[in-house]
Amino acid sequence: MRFAVLSFPGSSCDVDMYHALLDIVGVGAEIVSHLDADLNNFDAVVIPTGASYGDYLRPGALAQSSKSIDGLKAFADSGKPILGVGNGFQILVEAGILPGAFLRNKGLKFRSGNAKLAVQNSTSTFTSIYEEGQQITLPFAHEYGNYYVDADTASQLQEQNRIVFTYEDGNLDGSVEKIAGVLNEQGNVLGMMPLPERAVEEIIGGTDGLPLFRSILKNWSEKNVNHA
Amino acid sequence: MTKVNVYVTLRESVVDPQGIATQEALQTLGFNEVESVRIGRLIQLELSGTDSEVEARVTEMCDKLLVNKVIEDYSFEIGEVAGK
Repeated sequence: MRFAVLSFPGSSCDVDMYHALLDIVGVGAEIVSHLDADLNNFDAVVIPTGASYGDYLRPGALAQSSKSIDGLKAFADSGKPILGVGNGFQILVEAGILPGAFLRNKGLKFRSGNAKLAVQNSTSTFTSIYEEGQQITLPFAHEYGNYYVDADTASQLQEQNRIVFTYEDGNLDGSVEKIAGVLNEQGNVLGMMPLPERAVEEIIGGTDGLPLFRSILKNWSEKNVNHA
Repeated sequence: MTKVNVYVTLRESVVDPQGIATQEALQTLGFNEVESVRIGRLIQLELSGTDSEVEARVTEMCDKLLVNKVIEDYSFEIGEVAGK
């Protein structure tokens, strides 16, 4: 299985993601520049975090001017998995691939640390190795982590079981319905503010991010590997 | 050459923590009559075209990039650039 790590100017954690995928999870991975992104040869796309385009205008907004966004939309329509973490989630929202928008944190400050999360949906492509309701800890680092959708969209997300992760330690940044991660309607695009690639080795403080990548791999293998 | 001021504000339904903090600071300074503060952004564009062209193009720019309509509203004013 081959992952593209789609890199924009200012995507500062592309190498962290590449390392997690290649060296720890053990899948094929390539850092692909948004300028010459041909995503057709990949089985999954990950958009890493950072501050693409300097976070100017609104975080993630200016990435819409990249030609790669058309390819990304086509990839999403094809049903293959796309994961956006941190700024990658903001890019997916600004491109209209995921619903909602990001506001500045409720406390108006950049915050980083470890977030306690609950896995609300353990049936998705991204979370099938977790247990339903499992509590996990993942690092986060953001100033615009306050996820907003209107009340109608929020209840639609709940009805369709598209809220994958929620914050369980006070929701200090103010996200609607404590949302930390959300799926598109088809279920093949996940955006999340916590950073699973920073929790894949005990030496860096935990491995709660590993089942996420392994779920993607497992679900891909079940579809694509011929067990003759 | 036409100059356009685009005013972007958070929608009424969206809480503006920056505005609330500023309102509290104003009250601390004795401006007790302030009942609400909303903070937005001003985007200034200079561009060519007739007024009706400019209006259509700027609307498109706002819808496509300058404004996120999930959380923001906008309005704009079209004026001539002085001396041109």
